[in-house]
Order: sequence, then C-alpha cells, then structure tokens
Amino acid sequence: MSGPSSMRTPLERVRGLGSAHTGTSDFWRQRLTAVAMTLLIVPVIVVVIMLIGRNHAGAAQILGSIPIAIILLLFIVASVWHMKIGMQVVIEDYIHNEKLKIASVMANNFFCVAVALASIYAILKLSSGV
Amino acid sequence: MVEFALPKNSKISGGKTWPKPTGATETREFRVYRWNPDDGKNPSVDTYYVDTHDCGPMVLDGLIWIKNHIDPTLTFRRSCREGVCGSCAMNIDGQNTLACTKSMHDVGAGGAVKVNPLPHQPVVKDLVPDLTNFYAQYASIEPWLKTTTPTPQKEWRQSHEDREKLDGLYECILCACCSTSCPSYWWNSERFLGPAALLQATRWVTDSRDEATGERLDNLEDPFRLYRCHTIMNCAKACPKGLNPSEAIAELKFKMVERQI
Repeated sequence: MSGPSSMRTPLERVRGLGSAHTGTSDFWRQRLTAVAMTLLIVPVIVVVIMLIGRNHAGAAQILGSIPIAIILLLFIVASVWHMKIGMQVVIEDYIHNEKLKIASVMANNFFCVAVALASIYAILKLSSGV
Repeated sequence: MVEFALPKNSKISGGKTWPKPTGATETREFRVYRWNPDDGKNPSVDTYYVDTHDCGPMVLDGLIWIKNHIDPTLTFRRSCREGVCGSCAMNIDGQNTLACTKSMHDVGAGGAVKVNPLPHQPVVKDLVPDLTNFYAQYASIEPWLKTTTPTPQKEWRQSHEDREKLDGLYECILCACCSTSCPSYWWNSERFLGPAALLQATRWVTDSRDEATGERLDNLEDPFRLYRCHTIMNCAKACPKGLNPSEAIAELKFKMVERQI
C-alpha cells in the first residue's frame, strides 16, 4: 500500500463512500427478464421461422395478429432490459476509471433505449399494416 | 481498466536451482515463488529438492524441510500445521489451499510441487501476502453479536434448530483461499467484500440472537459490496474447510429480495 491514500486506515478505505443501498432491484429484474425470456423464446422462434422467406406483405400479415405482435414486443422489452443490466455489470466489473465508467454506462443506456425503440417501432409499424 | 497482465516489477524471471540433498534416496521437486522486497529484483521461482524420507507428507512439511535444511531465507506463514489457523494458505499447483492439509502425493502427479503466494494480493515477501484489506473487509461487516435488548442475566438463548442454521458458516478460519481465488475479487477487491467476508456476514445475518439483521443487510446492499458476486463458485472449490461461500452469498441475495417483495 503506497501513494496518497496510504495514510488512511484500511477500514476507512473499505467503508469508502458507504453502501449505495441499491442493487437488489437490478438483481431482481435480471432474474425476472431471464425467466420471461425462457418462457417467450419458443413462441418467438416459431414466429421467426414463420417469417423466413416471406416478403413485406407476408410479414405484415403475420405480425397483424395481436398475440404475435404482443409476444414479440414482450420479448424485445425483456431481452433489451436484460442486455442493459448485463452490460452494465460487465462495465462495472472491468472499467475502473470513474469518468470512462460513467460515460460507458450512459452509452449503454442510450444504445439499449435506441435498440428497444427501433424494434418496437418496427413491430408496431408492421402489425398495423402500414 | 482491469490489469490482465502483471506489472513489470512483478514479472517472474529466472530462479536458482538448489543442489539435490546428498544421500537422499528419494526426492521431490519443489518450485517455489521467491521475492525479496529489499534487493530490488523481480520475483523468481527457485527449484528445491526435498528428501521425502526425512520429511512429513504435507506440502508444509516440505517447505519447513527446505527452510531447515537448504534455504533459511525462504519465508512463509505457518502455525497450527493442522488446518485450524489458516496461516499457511497459498497457491499449490494452481489451487488455493492450506499447505498443512495438502499432501505432496496429491499434487502435480508426481512432478514438481509448484508453490506460489495467494493470487492478486500484494506480496510482503516470498509466500507471505499482505492481507490488510482482507482483514479490514472482515472488520467492516462487524462480526460480533449486536443487540438492543438488555443483556440477560445468564446467556442469550438459542434453539437447537436456530443453532443448526450456523453450520457451514461458523467454521470459516479466514485463510483467504476463497476470496483470492475469486475473479470478481481480483478485479474489484477495493469495493467487493469477497466470499470470506460475505460468508461471515451471512453467519451474523443468520444468527437468531442478533438484533441488527436489517442494519447488516442495509450495509451490504450495494452493487459492489455484495452484487459483484457472479456465482463463479471458485470460492466453494477452493475452500479447504469444505464450506460453500457461494451458497451463503445466494442466501444474502435471497434475503435482500425477500425484504422487498
């Protein structure tokens, strides 16, 4: 132990800024979305197989079914939410520079929101037959 | 970023091969990590040959034999030599364990016994790691009975059933084999408490006599202190006492969810 922090006591360093009193909601949501995806994955694969080789009009016809559109929307929400939390965990694990970490977490949020909204928009557009 | 390579001054280079003991009929090769803070050199791995007919069966016996007969400068911690004190925790043949309970015969399939200090800790000298942070993390979970109710005349009572809930938790000897085998602890040991401290946190959260359960959970509820555990389970594999810190941490996470839902 050397450097400017060496005169701090070890306990002070461990206590640091204290407990954030959060983390459980992300832990719970990660499990919730995982279970949701395991339930949704089979119907989603079936829908994807149905879509193979169809043109725009054929895809719009299949997605025009309300249950199919809702299954896909649910899958997008669950998987993007899962992806956002998972990627944030990876960033927190490996990036230790505070500024770079905050920028990365921000970029991760922007990317996930963009992916989710683009996917939801595409599904809604197709299912409404436009 | 996380450092995946050793810093320049920690890279291992060279090492001395000590002559085989004269008159020995059977020897075992030991390759031992050496680093001296006083000579300014990089760490090295020295090769020793232990006379197995003049020495006990455990890896610690071999190290003591080397210190007594070949090289008195070899530095390591040891005390009880029977797996109770946790002093001689080190990395033997790639696995964190206690040198005193690890038999030479179970190591390296008859080849060299490779001995290194516990991974990813600052080294004080040779096989002695600096566990200051590890002990401070243990202190931070406040490992003592906390009560508000006035202390009873005799003792705090506990049912047999509640006492049994502490089995698998109280036996920890704080040897640090688990925490120093955990990749999450390697990357974030300043903020993640590590499996040993969290196992002990579970021990006090589980204790029916303790009245500070909520306060303890409050202190642990943190993305780094607790939730850096990704259930890698190296801790359970490494524990020389056969405990399962991973399961204990899962218990903590379950309690965190339980009090919210």
